[in-house]
Amino acid sequence: MNKRKLRDLIGTKLMLIATLFVSLLFFLIFVLLLFRSGLVLQDNSLFDILFSSTWNPDNSQFGLAPIIIGTILVTGIALLIAIPISLLSAIYIAEYAPWKIRRILRPFIDVLAGVPSVVYGLCAFLFLVPLTKDVIAPWFGVQSTGLCIFTAAVILAVMVFPIIISLCIESFNAVPLALKEASLSVGATKWETVKKVVFRASTPSVIAAILLGFGRAFGETIAINMVIGGIPRIPSSVFSPGETLASLIASKYGELMSIPVHESALMLVALILFVVVLVFNILGVFILRRAKRRWTY
Amino acid sequence: MLSSTIQIETKNLNVYFDKHYVLKDVNIKIPAKQLTAIIGPSGCGKTTLLKSFNRLLEIHDEVKISGNIFVDGQDIFDSKGDEIPDIRKKMGLISQKPYPLPMSIYENVAYGLKIHRKKTKKGELDAAIQHYLQEVGLWNEVKDRLHDPASRLSVGQQQRLCLARAIAVEPEVILCDEPTSALDPIAAQQIEKLLLKLKQNYTVVLVTHTLRQAKRLADYVIFLYFGMVIEQGPAEDVFNNPKNPATIAYIKGDIS
Repeated sequence: MNKRKLRDLIGTKLMLIATLFVSLLFFLIFVLLLFRSGLVLQDNSLFDILFSSTWNPDNSQFGLAPIIIGTILVTGIALLIAIPISLLSAIYIAEYAPWKIRRILRPFIDVLAGVPSVVYGLCAFLFLVPLTKDVIAPWFGVQSTGLCIFTAAVILAVMVFPIIISLCIESFNAVPLALKEASLSVGATKWETVKKVVFRASTPSVIAAILLGFGRAFGETIAINMVIGGIPRIPSSVFSPGETLASLIASKYGELMSIPVHESALMLVALILFVVVLVFNILGVFILRRAKRRWTY
Repeated sequence: MLSSTIQIETKNLNVYFDKHYVLKDVNIKIPAKQLTAIIGPSGCGKTTLLKSFNRLLEIHDEVKISGNIFVDGQDIFDSKGDEIPDIRKKMGLISQKPYPLPMSIYENVAYGLKIHRKKTKKGELDAAIQHYLQEVGLWNEVKDRLHDPASRLSVGQQQRLCLARAIAVEPEVILCDEPTSALDPIAAQQIEKLLLKLKQNYTVVLVTHTLRQAKRLADYVIFLYFGMVIEQGPAEDVFNNPKNPATIAYIKGDIS
């Protein structure tokens, strides 16, 4: 075998090894989480953990219901705020804004997507928390410290904006010009064209963008940790403090890691995060594939 | 010039793309209910000219247009922004590659009808869709799968579907931008036959870079070269008695 062929062979194998290593890590993490969360499941059924409402590790009570509810509320409200606003601004930037403005806005939004979340958390802590406490909660007739689910959801929405906007702009821009022309040339207005053609043609990628936004929102830790209040109780309103799965791990790992069963409980929380993100990603691929088959152009 | 009435007329039409001077003082007359071919080498501004007729050029920010375009004697640049869809509705557009909308075969033809709120009753709409699909010779091929995505059709079928979509809003003019360039010979022939049939009821403007296609189909020919109209007139005159040296060279095949 000559040198060139040998180099070719080594290169190929190196790439294979790198790929195997990465995939193996993924499985190792999964297996680690699975085994380490076993301990807490010996004395408590999974059902109890998921649905009982008291989280009090000192009393060996590991009810995750309040935390799961907190996570669903924060993620749900964040997406509820983020999706319509992101879509509207993405459409504006992609289809309506003059190209000079577009050229400034696009990199700006990409930069926003890259800002570390602790920066958002700090801004939320300094400005959004007092605003919620003094203005927004009283406006709804509720007393709040400002450290609450609502504040966390809003800052999460702000963090999700640039991701969804950026991906949506990309998919709107990918719609062929001729497709828009086809719609305009039968006498459709610009809005009709955007709504019925551009939007439809990019449905699969918009769904993908939203799922990615969900992933970010669901797993976001530090910014939420700074403003949610960190109290694992079932919230009485969105202005009550709460806790999310990711934020729980961040705030408790220091104090809980010394006792095996507590550690195991946190590992279970991590496993839940892992599995949910996995399921949503698989779901995303599945939806995307179905939608693509239907809406190719 | 010709005995028939003028459908489209341009006066000193100039088009710039950014700093690129694309159309230079174009003055043409396109006769109604005939097939006019715009010929010329690629990059000479044929498509730009075609898309100026229904103000489709203006969706690009960097385009600058001066001069006049009269459609049925009315200057289309007189109309305000919200009237532009009405101008466009008068002219169907067929593009180089067929672009069915991302919806079913049925919805593609229904698209324009629904936008203009015509044939709103279900039975009427169904009948209209059957009619236009028959017009383009597609009905028998698709009648059992009207609600399949249009993207499942073959390219040739897609192009005929696009034609059906265009004529469904009853335009006066059909603008075709090299409509057969993406098609196999048989599908191309079907489209050519359709265009010959359609010119009885519509004014057809055909951009083509194949000279033979122009010779087969055109009643009237406009020869564009580097953004300028070099020669225009009835097809037999231009093809048999070209006057300008550039036209002669193009028709002989010396430039392409």
